[in-house]
Amino acid sequence: MSEKEPLLSKKNLKLVKDPLNENNPITVQVLGICSALAVTVKMKPAFVMAISVMVVLAASNVIYSLVRNHIPPRIRIIVQLTIIATMVILVDEILKAYVYEVSKQLSVFVGLIITNCILMGRLEAFANANKPWPSFMDALGNGAGYGIILIVVSFFRELFGSGTIWGYPIMEKIGLYNTGYVDNGFMTLPPMALILVGLIIWIQRSRFRNLIETR
Amino acid sequence: MQNLIDIFVKSIFIENMIFAYFLGMCSYLAISKTVKTASGLGIAVIFVLGITVPIDYLLEKYLLKAGALSWLSPGLGDVDLSFLSFMVFIAVIASMTQLVEMIVEKFSPSLYNSLGIFLPLIAVNCAILGGSLFMQEREYNTLAEASVFGIGSGIGWYLAIVSIAAIREKLRYSNIPAPLKGLGISFIITGLMAIAFMSFMGIKLG
Repeated sequence: MSEKEPLLSKKNLKLVKDPLNENNPITVQVLGICSALAVTVKMKPAFVMAISVMVVLAASNVIYSLVRNHIPPRIRIIVQLTIIATMVILVDEILKAYVYEVSKQLSVFVGLIITNCILMGRLEAFANANKPWPSFMDALGNGAGYGIILIVVSFFRELFGSGTIWGYPIMEKIGLYNTGYVDNGFMTLPPMALILVGLIIWIQRSRFRNLIETR
Repeated sequence: MQNLIDIFVKSIFIENMIFAYFLGMCSYLAISKTVKTASGLGIAVIFVLGITVPIDYLLEKYLLKAGALSWLSPGLGDVDLSFLSFMVFIAVIASMTQLVEMIVEKFSPSLYNSLGIFLPLIAVNCAILGGSLFMQEREYNTLAEASVFGIGSGIGWYLAIVSIAAIREKLRYSNIPAPLKGLGISFIITGLMAIAFMSFMGIKLG
């Protein structure tokens, strides 16, 4: 890459756009599924989780990309884990200080960002071989791609599971309960998250046939 | 003793790492294509969970918790290092996997060959760190409770990955809509298995 390349060149924008759809971290790369499913009962924790992952990913991608040439390959995994763990501790302390309620709901899953495969995956696959700015763009894209799936899954789970959107009782306001409608409590239970993601994968792959697994 | 059996049964069936908390999903989906490799990874997970959870428990009790350092000198009674726990736990896990790998290689080359690349992979398996963090959050009282929880969670994880691998081996010969093949159907099957596992929730313990 030449020094004169503009910051928002086509190549860099592609780094942001691709993970949103055709190279989505969750549905295509199969990274970071653990936390994606567990925090999607309500939209608010899902949103906070998505932002946290994005911040940690962006920060550690940039830092690792800055030091990548000074790290002997043999110890790089430990270095990556240390950088990620430091960032996660920062995010965890900030969440505890400002949005304590949400941080309680997320419970151990903030800590589990450390072993979220998106982070190790992107550090290994991208920041390891690229300059800080493209690494930052890559982190933004992957963080957003992760976030989108989280928001979509949590939207459906909250709407049909508890009849609210972002805590706003929408089903009650439009008077659906009077017609005999009952919330489907099943949507708030863990298995439905898996099935929803399965359906999202189905829809995505029917639109982009090239993603279909051939075996 | 009753208490220990409770924790054991609970961590295998009711609070199963995969079906109730989705921990270790990444390797669960990636390495469940054949039963043989799946069971290799499962055994390695039981191994590492059974070792790291008790070690992290001791570290938590004598190093990290608020007031944990008071056994050194009463003056350190109000030191709270719990913000360091992520860092300490991940370091323990990374070094333990390394150590386990070396020990297994030395004393049981046949097991080492069958576990192969899975041992190093375990360092970034969320189920392991999750085990330590749940141990911290649920405040188990004794070392025995923590170890039983660690081993139980490992066995639960083993059960889950071996059963999905068995199902996926059969699925290869069935007629699945093309876009759903592979990843999609695995997700939906895991969901259905989780529903089945939910029936254990009714079990009353203790």
